[in-house]
Amino acid sequence: MGLVGALDPLFLARLQFAFTVGFHIVFPAFSIGLAAFLAVLEGLWLKTGRQVYLDLFRYWLRAFSIVFGMGVVSGLVMSYEFGTNWAQFSQKVGPILGPLLGYEVMTAFFLEAGFLGIMLFGMNKVGRKLHFFATCVVSLGTLISMSWILSSNSWMQTPQGYAIEPGTGRFIPADWWAIVFNPSFPFRLVHMALAAFLCVAFVVGGVGAWHLLRARRAGHAPTEAVKVMFSMAMWMAAIVAPLQILAGDTQGLNTLKYQPAKIAAMEGDWDSQSRAPELLFGIPDMEHETTRYKVEIPLMGSLILTHSLDGKVPGLKDYPKDQRAPSYVVFFTFRIMVALGMLMAVLGVYSLWLRWRKRLCSDVLLQRFALVMAPAGFIAMLCGWVTTEVGRQPFTVYGLLRTADSASPVAGGSIASTLIVFVIVYFIVFASGISILLRGFAQEPHVGEVGPDAHDPQRAASMQAAVSNTAAAGETGKDS
Amino acid sequence: MDMTGAAYWLPIVWAVLAAMAIFIYIVLDGFDLGLGILFLAEPNKTYRNVMVQTIAPVWDGNETWMIFGGAALYGVFPNAYATILPALYLPVLIMLFALIMRGVAFEFRSRMHTQRMRDLWDVGFCGGSLVASVMQGVILGTLVSGIHVENNAFVGSGFDWLAPFPLFCGLAVACGYTLLGATWLVWRTENTLQDTMRKWSGILSIAMLVMIAGVSLWTPALHATYMQNWTDWPRILFVAPVPVAVIALAVVMFMALRRKVSRRIPFFCALGWFFLSFSGLGISIWPYIVPPGMTIWDASAPPSSQAFLLVGAAVLIPLILSYTAFAYHVFRGTVNEHSESYH
Repeated sequence: MGLVGALDPLFLARLQFAFTVGFHIVFPAFSIGLAAFLAVLEGLWLKTGRQVYLDLFRYWLRAFSIVFGMGVVSGLVMSYEFGTNWAQFSQKVGPILGPLLGYEVMTAFFLEAGFLGIMLFGMNKVGRKLHFFATCVVSLGTLISMSWILSSNSWMQTPQGYAIEPGTGRFIPADWWAIVFNPSFPFRLVHMALAAFLCVAFVVGGVGAWHLLRARRAGHAPTEAVKVMFSMAMWMAAIVAPLQILAGDTQGLNTLKYQPAKIAAMEGDWDSQSRAPELLFGIPDMEHETTRYKVEIPLMGSLILTHSLDGKVPGLKDYPKDQRAPSYVVFFTFRIMVALGMLMAVLGVYSLWLRWRKRLCSDVLLQRFALVMAPAGFIAMLCGWVTTEVGRQPFTVYGLLRTADSASPVAGGSIASTLIVFVIVYFIVFASGISILLRGFAQEPHVGEVGPDAHDPQRAASMQAAVSNTAAAGETGKDS
Repeated sequence: MDMTGAAYWLPIVWAVLAAMAIFIYIVLDGFDLGLGILFLAEPNKTYRNVMVQTIAPVWDGNETWMIFGGAALYGVFPNAYATILPALYLPVLIMLFALIMRGVAFEFRSRMHTQRMRDLWDVGFCGGSLVASVMQGVILGTLVSGIHVENNAFVGSGFDWLAPFPLFCGLAVACGYTLLGATWLVWRTENTLQDTMRKWSGILSIAMLVMIAGVSLWTPALHATYMQNWTDWPRILFVAPVPVAVIALAVVMFMALRRKVSRRIPFFCALGWFFLSFSGLGISIWPYIVPPGMTIWDASAPPSSQAFLLVGAAVLIPLILSYTAFAYHVFRGTVNEHSESYH
């Protein structure tokens, strides 16, 4: 490629978009799961009156304000980047995707932002019931937002309900119902919702496991709050991780039906065949139309993809060379996602067994496993998105609009320089945000936990910091 | 293009709605950004916290109008969206970077463990607010100066915005937002901080009047059509009273600041100036959305898109405005360093 290739505006625009959207998606996914978790915690608190739920609510609320803020600012970039990087795409598809995005803002973003202030700062201003309502509305907002954006994305994968305007090549909406409820939307929505819940469940489980391990090292019994959050996270792992495998399987069937070329790229299959094996490993070679160093299980490919041993699975050679997605990317991202999904389910099942044996909060192996798996949800989700988005290539609207015909008339130099700034800015923001979150997680939730407070945030935070520093210093002393 | 029925009226309805949304954005996020610009001018750290407290519960909602602007433009006027953003690629991205920095600074500045890092994020908050405001003005100025379009696509240079008029507009908008921020704080704070902000409001009001005069004299000189738009019948009926109204507001503003009679009047006077300037701008460029060549009809999505989104907007925007008002109502009242109300 060399320098000329690297400064190719299309390549740079794709790189920049992938970088910013990949950074962004982490925060909405975190917010979706965390808002639902907070609503459950507050609901349990109102119902049972147990202080432990309020303590956990306030503990996780502090993380939520950071996560939500980062989601807002990185999302703001997205709503303009369609135009800055994909002007031709916006012009042709704007009539369809623009209104969907408009509805997302009107039905979800405003709702979330409007009630977030009350959720974060208003507990003593509006009373418990109204505050709980605000929490539920924020959670509902995150779910509505996810629905619209997944509908848009799914339409790009499985477009329908449109007409193409002669002359301009614009997509004209013909049937909004068909556009919104396009064939891959329901499957993708369920898959993503479960993914968001798993992301948060494993973070909560990891934080719980960390404090269980620390308490054990320090030689004291873990607090009730730690045990409750660890237990809740393990319930989620035990129930949702297996469900997610089912959801992923149905989405796979849907993709096979509507985007068989994507399946062929994900599987590294070149020739269409029945009784196909499943590749555990291999290195797809696009140029020589083969997958090297294959490690395969006979018949499994057909069984997984078609639910029948002699089902026919597609091969990349069925499609012209200029319509094949880069298999060497999606082959691996797909496998990492699946492997992590399996591990999550294993962890869930293991936790069930320990729960039955009444050793849930005392088994060190489970705690270490849960700690290592804390980021697993996010990694799996990012790999899943790379698989579906790269698998859609070389199209932006599957089969209809090529990525190469979607770009903006912007010079490579401009994109390259802003890409560098993006990397720097996001590195600063991401590093600061993660370090604040981790520092928060390193503290145990304690009784009478204070949430974010509009009154003198600095003094409150610095006092807390002083207290926790002293506590941390004390504990480090004990540890060593 | 079919210029009858829905294809004629829907773009007009949406142009009015879009103008309204932009004005709401200016009303809500203007003081928010202006407050950020004033941040480093206030040396007292306790007062800085008071300043942030006045907007902490509502800033997310304010910024959402900006996202709405992007989404609505994308869905309703996709050709304008696909022309303006590549043409203003660098200023738009610089604005977005600045908004990111100031947005996260809200959460980060109070959670840093060393004073040094806290100060650094205070700089990020102030710098981000300033750069974002200047860039909004630059974007506006470039748009008014005209964007080179052929076949519904941008064909100009990536640095067209680096010109005197856009940069002057950048300065003007930043100055105006700072005035909004100062008057907002006159409304929402007390004692010493409020007195400081009254002084700032006075200085910034004078600067704002100079800027309004500058932009008003410069704009009609840019294109002959702008001049025509201002002097044509019946538009002159709207244009002629504008200077008088600006001066009337100035009288009210300075009286309110001097006599300290009302907390709110200065803020609403500043908003009045924005409203007048904004209407003047609308009158200048109508019916172009990307001057000098692309009208709102050229830029429009098909009626089926515009109608679909309009149904939702008609129901949802009033709802949004009412729960936004509720949120402001919950956090009403003045804020000071001893404020117990938020506990």
